[in-house]
Amino acid sequence: MESKPKGKLAGFFHFPQGDGLSTDEFIKGLWRENPVLVQVLGMCPTLAVTNSAINAMAMGLATLFVLVMSNILVSSLRNVIPKQVRIATYILIIATFVTVADYVIQAISLDVHKALGAFIPLIVVNCIILGRAEAFASKNGVWASFMDGLGMGVGFTFALLLLGFIREILGSGSLFGISLFADSFQDWVIMILPSGGFFALAGWLLLFNGLKLRKKQAQPEQTREEVLI
Amino acid sequence: MFKKTLHIGTSPHIIGGSSTDQIMRNVVFALLPVAAFAVYTFGLSALLLLITALASCLLTEYFLNRWIGKSSPLSDWSVTITGLLYGLTLPPHLPLWMVFVGGVIAVALGKFIFGGLGYNVFNPALVGRAFIQAAFPVAITTWMAPFLPDRFSHIPGSTLTLPFLKPVYDITSGATPLSLMKFEHHTTDTYNLLMGMTSGSTGETSALLILLGGLYLIARKMMNWRIPVALLGTVYLISTVLHWSNPDIYPGGLFMLFSGGLMLGAVFMATDMVASPITPLGATVYGIIIGIMIYVIRVWGGLPEGVMYAILFGNAVSPHIDNFIRPRVYGTGKQWSKS
Repeated sequence: MESKPKGKLAGFFHFPQGDGLSTDEFIKGLWRENPVLVQVLGMCPTLAVTNSAINAMAMGLATLFVLVMSNILVSSLRNVIPKQVRIATYILIIATFVTVADYVIQAISLDVHKALGAFIPLIVVNCIILGRAEAFASKNGVWASFMDGLGMGVGFTFALLLLGFIREILGSGSLFGISLFADSFQDWVIMILPSGGFFALAGWLLLFNGLKLRKKQAQPEQTREEVLI
Repeated sequence: MFKKTLHIGTSPHIIGGSSTDQIMRNVVFALLPVAAFAVYTFGLSALLLLITALASCLLTEYFLNRWIGKSSPLSDWSVTITGLLYGLTLPPHLPLWMVFVGGVIAVALGKFIFGGLGYNVFNPALVGRAFIQAAFPVAITTWMAPFLPDRFSHIPGSTLTLPFLKPVYDITSGATPLSLMKFEHHTTDTYNLLMGMTSGSTGETSALLILLGGLYLIARKMMNWRIPVALLGTVYLISTVLHWSNPDIYPGGLFMLFSGGLMLGAVFMATDMVASPITPLGATVYGIIIGIMIYVIRVWGGLPEGVMYAILFGNAVSPHIDNFIRPRVYGTGKQWSKS
């Protein structure tokens, strides 16, 4: 490849600075810019479908798939999409992949599809996906966008699983549908209910913000600003 | 000498004599007869329940405040009231581990999160009970029959359930007057309701003792009498009018007044100084709103009892009441202040 590609495909194989594999774009989604635990985006699926670990897993993987694919496509088409209709185009791209994910889940497990219900089509309006398309994929190369989508998707799945674990263990005494305790376990019904989602999310946010605060206080004075951002 | 006699400071210049811990201590005194009667009615299980409720609230308050570096948080007695009230709203043979969980939630989520005493939006005791109601709906609606002959020698099996296990009930269960009315159309005698001869939550059975405690606090000017009067008056008025229109469907006014947690809620919980409006008119409006909510939930709602949710609702609207109903500032025109 030439040192400076030109034309519509400029930057198609462009690697940003740093290491050539853009691992930083991947890692930031896991922790520093985690979509749920730090950016607090995509609350609708986070609170609604995490009442069991399997639902959380399915929703996380579906979102991961849509996020990665739409990031790749948006990034590769970023120079041919007119600015005025970009949001509509992104939505069209995202909706295509959501439809794919919808049929795939239906084919793998009808039970999970029924449990997730309206929330699979609603991935279209998940602000994480549109946010990454608008804020990252439309400005960066395909490989970086792929890594960004992968990182954000894995981070989202990770956060959903954290919620799903807590809610399923306390609410049904099981994990991934396998009963953990004897029948005499007292279910905490509230953890299955929507209010349990809020409690579990608040608990995890408290924990992660506490960890971040501790890290901030351990840092010397000059670098505090950066950690805050 | 001059400095000693002339003291200049910021307002308020006229201060009432009573301090926080003085008022709180008197509320505890007013609650003691209710708690004693509860132990007499339900025996050892009620005693253990009250001790656990108190211990969980006190321990949570102590450790949370130590964690953030506040000193001696227990000396103002407020958390003692929270613990006692929380225990008195629970069914007598609720498993002790559930009582403990609710007590921790009551103080941690109902009070500490908002900033401690004086900042809680909701009555902490009711927050704890609402959590238990949502988490363990079966356990909290299973009632124990009152005055069992072996209540002082036998601890019910459900009380001593191991943590995280389902309770097993080995004693006679009872139905509360309200669920009898709602599901079987059976009205309990008013005299029994007044004297506490019925089944129900630990501290809600004797309307008479609760009223006496309330009168003591009102006589010592440590409680806003407008709240319980407006609340009870609203419930009595609505139920009497509707009972008169159709006695088959709507229970009578006296039955509504003395059954369930209405007395305990009206006298000791709706009057929470932090979570209720400040102005006299605001307090009256607040009482009326809670009264209407209680009647609506009891008669038209799915649950037999609605005092807890009604008071939590009242707590939620009380800042708005304070916002709309403001005292006229001395010297300004007589008009509603615009906020």
